[in-house]
Amino acid sequence: MKTLVMVLAMVVCANAGDLMLKRGMSQIGAVQLTASGLAQAFRLTVTNGTIWVGILFLTGFMLSYMTVLSWADYSYVMPAGAFGYALLTLLAVIFLHEPVSPRRWIGVALICVGVLLVGQTKPRTTAGGATA
Amino acid sequence: MMRVILALAVLILGSTGGEIAITHGMKSTGEPARLRPLALLQFLGRAVRNGWFWTGVPLMALSFYALLILLSWEPISLVIPASALSYVVGTLGAKYILANV
Repeated sequence: MKTLVMVLAMVVCANAGDLMLKRGMSQIGAVQLTASGLAQAFRLTVTNGTIWVGILFLTGFMLSYMTVLSWADYSYVMPAGAFGYALLTLLAVIFLHEPVSPRRWIGVALICVGVLLVGQTKPRTTAGGATA
Repeated sequence: MMRVILALAVLILGSTGGEIAITHGMKSTGEPARLRPLALLQFLGRAVRNGWFWTGVPLMALSFYALLILLSWEPISLVIPASALSYVVGTLGAKYILANV
């Protein structure tokens, strides 16, 4: 049960963090690729409250991710990360009203499948070939 | 389009390069003696004195800044899934640089 709660916290924090970063950068506007444009963007990002809320959520994600990995298998946690890509795209449609084409949905589905496959492989953490 | 590809490359190579540098640094730092606060602080002290750690941190900061720039240009439903390419680059980096296989 605690694993499920932590995985849920992980997914919520990651998605909320990314959405907040997007909202913050939308408030700032498109960054110009010039020295002054980058400097101004840097100044605006470090003074933007929404960006800091996003960073706070991402810190929460990192803490819950590290915590859940301390007791749960990576192959159990990894699919949650894959699920996050699909959920984030869905949230972008709902909250940010982003248009997502069928081709992009297929791409997201392929990423989810790929991450799931990666999560199923056993990590080898020693030179001798022992599995973790 | 070219600037998006460039920023995406900075995002992916920065995050992967940063993770590889920090992994290398942490492996040479060694494991904490015990999972106690004092031992963890000493471990952290050793980690921050490692040059690879300070190579990784700016790379990851650069990667985060590239993410913010990309988010100011493109929809999040494109940027975040596209950043999944770091799985591929990270696996190649681990195989050929860290020899993790």
